[in-house]
Amino acid sequence: MHRFANPARFLRLAAAIQPWTAAATVLLIGAGLYFGLIASPADYQQGQTVRIMYVHVPSAWLGMACYSTMAIASAMALIWKHPLADLIGKSAAPIGAAFTFLCLVTGSLWGKPMWGTWWAWDARLTSMLILFFLYLGYMALANAFDDPTRGAKASAVLALAGFVNVPVIKFSVDWWNTLHQPASVTKIGMPSIDPSMLLPLLLMGVGFTTFFVTVLLVRVRSEIMASKIRAIRLMQIHSTPGAVASGEVVG
Amino acid sequence: MSSLATYFSMGGYASYVWTSYALTAVVMVGLAVSTWRGMKARESELKVLQDLTPGRRGRSKDTQG
Repeated sequence: MHRFANPARFLRLAAAIQPWTAAATVLLIGAGLYFGLIASPADYQQGQTVRIMYVHVPSAWLGMACYSTMAIASAMALIWKHPLADLIGKSAAPIGAAFTFLCLVTGSLWGKPMWGTWWAWDARLTSMLILFFLYLGYMALANAFDDPTRGAKASAVLALAGFVNVPVIKFSVDWWNTLHQPASVTKIGMPSIDPSMLLPLLLMGVGFTTFFVTVLLVRVRSEIMASKIRAIRLMQIHSTPGAVASGEVVG
Repeated sequence: MSSLATYFSMGGYASYVWTSYALTAVVMVGLAVSTWRGMKARESELKVLQDLTPGRRGRSKDTQG
C-alpha cells in the first residue's frame, strides 16, 4: 500500500490507468444509454419513468462509494499522516457531492409522477440529503484554513464521523417504513429485476464508477501540483530577502 | 415519424425522463471539463514557477537560509 503512496509513483500509475478508464467510461455509458433508453421495455407499473432508474440508482451508488473512498482516505491520512491520502479525500468530495446532487434531483423527478410528490421526509431521502450536506461541510472545512494541513485534518475527522450515515442510508429502507422502495438489485438470492433492465443498470453503474476513477485521478494530479506550487512559493518567500519583492514576482 | 414522436413523449413522462438524463449529462460533463481545465491551469502555473526558479526543482534544500 505504501508503495503507491509515493506521489511520483502515483502519478506514473495514474497516467497509465487514465486513458483506459476514460475509454471504458465512454463505452460503458454509451452501451448503458442504448440498453436503457432504446433496447429495454417500459415497466408494467411505472411505465417509461422506470428509465430514470438508470441514472438515479448509479448516482446513489456513487454518492455512497465516493463517501466511503473519502472516509477510508481520511482514516489513512489521520493514522499514517500521508499527504497523498488527504489529497485523495479532498479530490473525491466534489465528485461525490455531484453524484449525490444528481441522485436527489433525479429521485425528485421520479417521485413526482410515481409517488405524487417531489419530496418526502422519509428515512432514505433524508439520510441522502444529510450525505449531501456532509459533502458540502467537508469541502467548506477543507478550504477554511490558511494552513492546508489543518483543513485536511479537520475535514478528515468530519468525514470519519459522518461515515455512520452511509450504513444508515443503505439500511434505511429496511429499518424504517419508507416511501422509498427497498433494494431490488442487492437482494439476498436473485435480484428481483428483469435482466433487460438489470443490464443497462449495471452498465451505467460500472460506467459511473470508471468515470469516478478517471476524474479522481485527474483531480489528485491537480492537487499534487497545487501542493508543489505552494511549496515553491513558500521557498521563494523564505529565501528572498524581503517577502514583498518575491510577492511581486510570483503575483 | 410518429413512432419517433411516441418514443420521445416517453408515455407522457417526457419532461421527467429527459430532464433527468439532461441534468445528469450536464453535471457529469461539467465536472469532467472543470476538473481537466483546473488541472491544466495548475500545470502551466507550476511550469512558470519552476522556470522562474531554476535549480530549485523538487525538494532541494540547498537554497534555504
